[in-house]
Amino acid sequence: MTEPMKIRAVLKGDVADIRVLVAHPMETGQRKDASGAIVPMHFIQSMTVTYNGNTVYDGQWSQAISRNPVFAVRVKSAKLGDKVVVTWSDNKNEKRTDEATVAAG
Amino acid sequence: MNPLPGTRRSFLRLAATMGALTALATAGLLKTTQAVAAAWNKSGFESKALADAMKSLGASSAVESRDIVITAPDIAENGAVVPIEVVSRIPNTQSISIVAEKNPFPLAAIMEFAHGAEPYAYVRIKMGQTSNVRAVVNAGGKFFTAAKEVKITVGGCG
Repeated sequence: MTEPMKIRAVLKGDVADIRVLVAHPMETGQRKDASGAIVPMHFIQSMTVTYNGNTVYDGQWSQAISRNPVFAVRVKSAKLGDKVVVTWSDNKNEKRTDEATVAAG
Repeated sequence: MNPLPGTRRSFLRLAATMGALTALATAGLLKTTQAVAAAWNKSGFESKALADAMKSLGASSAVESRDIVITAPDIAENGAVVPIEVVSRIPNTQSISIVAEKNPFPLAAIMEFAHGAEPYAYVRIKMGQTSNVRAVVNAGGKFFTAAKEVKITVGGCG
């Protein structure tokens, strides 16, 4: 089961500053567990953000993105209440979508 | 059990609504919330050499630019979590890519911007050893690049 993302979307002037904390192991496939076995690759490959329905950020990620990723996006001409939808999918075809609205800073 | 509304009047109302929705959907006026993402650049992400990673971006002839500002630590204590911020001041920036030159697989991310997103990237990456972190900008099909060295005390790829 996937864990929710924490999305903070704050209006700064007329720019929405969107910061997202994602729960994901982002395994490189090079790490060994306690028994010495390789932990298989398990990482987010696609991260997209839509803003009021339009795709503003389309990210292709590798296993080099850190575990429990934090990333940010900034969108111009923003207003309070604008809708932010964040979606990821990973190399095991797991997916997750979370939403937030732009709030005052 | 009969699933249809009991009266003829409410059945006609239901049929009219469904007809209207079908017409709107056909006209493309009903927005889906599912974004269609870019295809994952497998050959790029599996490249082991910097030159191949750059080539996979179409950026083999990228021009060095001072209008790409990379903010990253001079020395990162923990190579597993290195914060990288890239701002592009180049007009028409449509994507920013991040390449950790000495990582086993140098290409770390390709980020495309549209619909009013600023050409601004912030992400945290793993770095195996001290290396240049290179940003590649695609602005209207032309490629620009800049790099900043990040020293790593404890490598973070494993």
